[in-house]
Amino acid sequence: MLRYLAPVVSLLLIALPLRAGAQVSSFALDNGMEVVVIEDHRAPVVVHMVWYRAGSADEPPGASGVAHFLEHLLFKGTENMAPGELSATVARNGGSDNAFTSYDYTAYYQRIAADRLPLMMKMEADRMVNLRLSETDVATERDVIIEERNQRVENDPSSLFREQKNAALFLNHRYGVPVIGWRHEMVALDQSKARAFYDRYYAPNNAILIVAGDVRPQEVRALAQQYYGPLPANPDLPARIRPQEPPQTAERRLVFRDARVAQPYVSRSYLAPERDSGAQETAAALTILAEILGGGTTSVMAEKLQFDSQTAVYTGAFYGGGALDKTSFDLVVVPAPGVSLQQAEDAMDAVLADFVKTGVDEAQLARIKMQVKAAEIYDRDNVERLANRYGRALTQGLTIADVQDWPQVLQAVTADDVMAAARAVLDRRQSVTGWLMSEEATQ
Amino acid sequence: MIRFVFALILVVVALPARAGVEIKQVTSPGGITAWLVEDHSIPFTALELRFRGGAVLDPEGKKGVASLMAALLEEGAGDMDARGFARAAEALATSFSYGASDDTISVSARFLSENRDAAVDLLRQSLVQPRFDDDAIERVRAQMLSNLRSDLKDPRAIAGRAFDARIFASHPYGQPVDGTVESVAALSRADLQQAHRTLLVRNRVFVGAAGDITAEELGVLLDQLLGDLPTGQATLPGPADLAFDGGVHVVDFPTPQSVVLFGQPGLGLDDPDFFPAFVLNHILGGGGFESRLMSEVREKRGLTYGIYTYLGDKDYADLWQGSVSSANDRVAEAVEVIRQQWAEAAENGVTAEELQDAITYLTGAYPLRFDGNGPIAKIIVGMQLQGFDREYVNTRNARIEAVTQADVARVARRLMDPALLTFVVVGQPQGLAAN
Repeated sequence: MLRYLAPVVSLLLIALPLRAGAQVSSFALDNGMEVVVIEDHRAPVVVHMVWYRAGSADEPPGASGVAHFLEHLLFKGTENMAPGELSATVARNGGSDNAFTSYDYTAYYQRIAADRLPLMMKMEADRMVNLRLSETDVATERDVIIEERNQRVENDPSSLFREQKNAALFLNHRYGVPVIGWRHEMVALDQSKARAFYDRYYAPNNAILIVAGDVRPQEVRALAQQYYGPLPANPDLPARIRPQEPPQTAERRLVFRDARVAQPYVSRSYLAPERDSGAQETAAALTILAEILGGGTTSVMAEKLQFDSQTAVYTGAFYGGGALDKTSFDLVVVPAPGVSLQQAEDAMDAVLADFVKTGVDEAQLARIKMQVKAAEIYDRDNVERLANRYGRALTQGLTIADVQDWPQVLQAVTADDVMAAARAVLDRRQSVTGWLMSEEATQ
Repeated sequence: MIRFVFALILVVVALPARAGVEIKQVTSPGGITAWLVEDHSIPFTALELRFRGGAVLDPEGKKGVASLMAALLEEGAGDMDARGFARAAEALATSFSYGASDDTISVSARFLSENRDAAVDLLRQSLVQPRFDDDAIERVRAQMLSNLRSDLKDPRAIAGRAFDARIFASHPYGQPVDGTVESVAALSRADLQQAHRTLLVRNRVFVGAAGDITAEELGVLLDQLLGDLPTGQATLPGPADLAFDGGVHVVDFPTPQSVVLFGQPGLGLDDPDFFPAFVLNHILGGGGFESRLMSEVREKRGLTYGIYTYLGDKDYADLWQGSVSSANDRVAEAVEVIRQQWAEAAENGVTAEELQDAITYLTGAYPLRFDGNGPIAKIIVGMQLQGFDREYVNTRNARIEAVTQADVARVARRLMDPALLTFVVVGQPQGLAAN
């Protein structure tokens, strides 16, 4: 009968102001492992995730891709489980599992019937400390990640272009190195490099457990203490300090040519501040700025470049504030036939200059805020997405309170805030402009 | 109104029996039917519409018209132009998406309870009174042409088009849903209006709704939303003849990793052997890390990042298809391993342990899909398109549990045919002669 409790509880939450979302609670184990529980009792499902505060930007120089390689190797057995046994066990219980790696985190998850949670914890805790690898498995899996790079990057000129552009945007930070790794370093990855990364970062005091779905916090607490509680903290866990960007004082430009490009485009990335704990206002303004400039049919760039003139077939602006260190604010313009990349770029810059002069349309700002408000309702339909949101935040220097405050911070953004953020971030000296074009193109 | 809930048979690893969705059938006063899963815990509704008859009804020489028509539904309706319509949707915080596939026109919508009537009226205008303004047509056409030009240099898109053209030949499935640069460039406003009249017809619509709406409210909504649509009788195509020849067909394209699509004839949902075949596919290539092909091609040999197979149940063709990507100098080995595995399964079926693992997974995973308004609306509209009754959610797991090792062996022998297993390879593969 549990599922009939949910509507009552949810109705109470809706009556609260904007902070109200799914029911979230948190606590920590004695060994330093943080635990977040997100309740959703509509279906008897649980998502069990362990996030490590270790991603590609934490890799040692020369070993790019090792965080992601290790993620693959964590499916290759422990002192207690044969290679592949964890995934096979999950499947045998009707669940599915996977993992993912980014600049700031590596995460492992299973989606399964809620009553299988203890087994998931047992296996995930085991591979946090008991990894055991064979040389054969390591060599074969290195071939797999090379094929993954082939599929994601080498076969796609846009991806190759983005790699070059990111490398140019970050002068000193590891965000300039691709998560999957540079190919020449990937082929040299081996067991010792993976093991070193594992020993350094895989420990309960560097991990966050997120359990979302048809569970109660008391029950999760008891299970977490039983399975993760006995794991020893790593006393030598290094402070998370990466090389930071120096002042950027020179605009960068690049042209990437590839015969496989059918549709040229111009894209610009500006170095931008990230969301910081307790100080998310600038990031909120940039989030809304991206919507205003390039969030779709009613955005400023679409208006000027796709409606008032037929300069572009597509325009967009993007800002991902989630990052431990500095991030980027990105613009893209895909020119219409007959429009050169130079003309497209000039038109984009004219739109930006005009926007900085004319300012924000208050009606557009109000519509965006209505959508921010509605997103809190829609988001509750997908508990896995909520779990990911908390996982990313907690591995990127934010707190649970920051996540819960975020909608309010967005609501509080004024037109003046947006313009101040725009003037600060739209600085060509802190930017890379890239042209993606075909080899035979004549621009 | 009949109640249906999951009745899971409890075996050793069965799920707890409290999983449950109740699918109601709703018939509007005007006679339009829908399936509904009511859940008032979050104040919004997810609505899925499917109109049977998609790009397969594109007239000769006008391939891509269903796709362009669907893309234009949100680009101006009633007295709003494209931007007016978008602003109205933003102000209501509702979202609509429209698409065309071979077999359907699909419309997905979600709207808040607090402004449901206004959101539904906006959606209605896009379905009933789309404007097809000339400037909107040209703007969206240019986007579609840009994508079509990109497809010509994308190995995955090239492979899909080459596979369909070869296997389906002159059937409408043989041509891409989005048409070609030439066909799309030639479409007129009258073509789009005609496609709209042909495809958005109330006698071919299927509706799934989930969330904060009662049966009575949904009944009223259905008439408001769809009552003004015409009925239509466009002749749907017949079954496709499938030209599988067992060959390897190489499309030369300079890129480091070859993209491979492969397939052979499949079987329909109404075939008595469907469930054994479904379980067999799961063991062969449908089941994530655990499948035979994933194990042989990725885990043991490192030849790919991923390999998958699936039973493709299109309205007018049943296929068994798969895909893999491998570096040009390794793809020949991947193709060889796939062929060996195909022959091995055809001859020897599967082991008792594989069968048990597959059944446990498939029956255990099924109720986990019903975990939100969005997913539920999609599932229940899909069930209607596939011709299932609401009882299916109760019987589906029992049908999978009834599959025996002998069933799988029989179906493998009957269905799997290495001599028909056909490969389309896009790239510059080494050691793979085109034949």
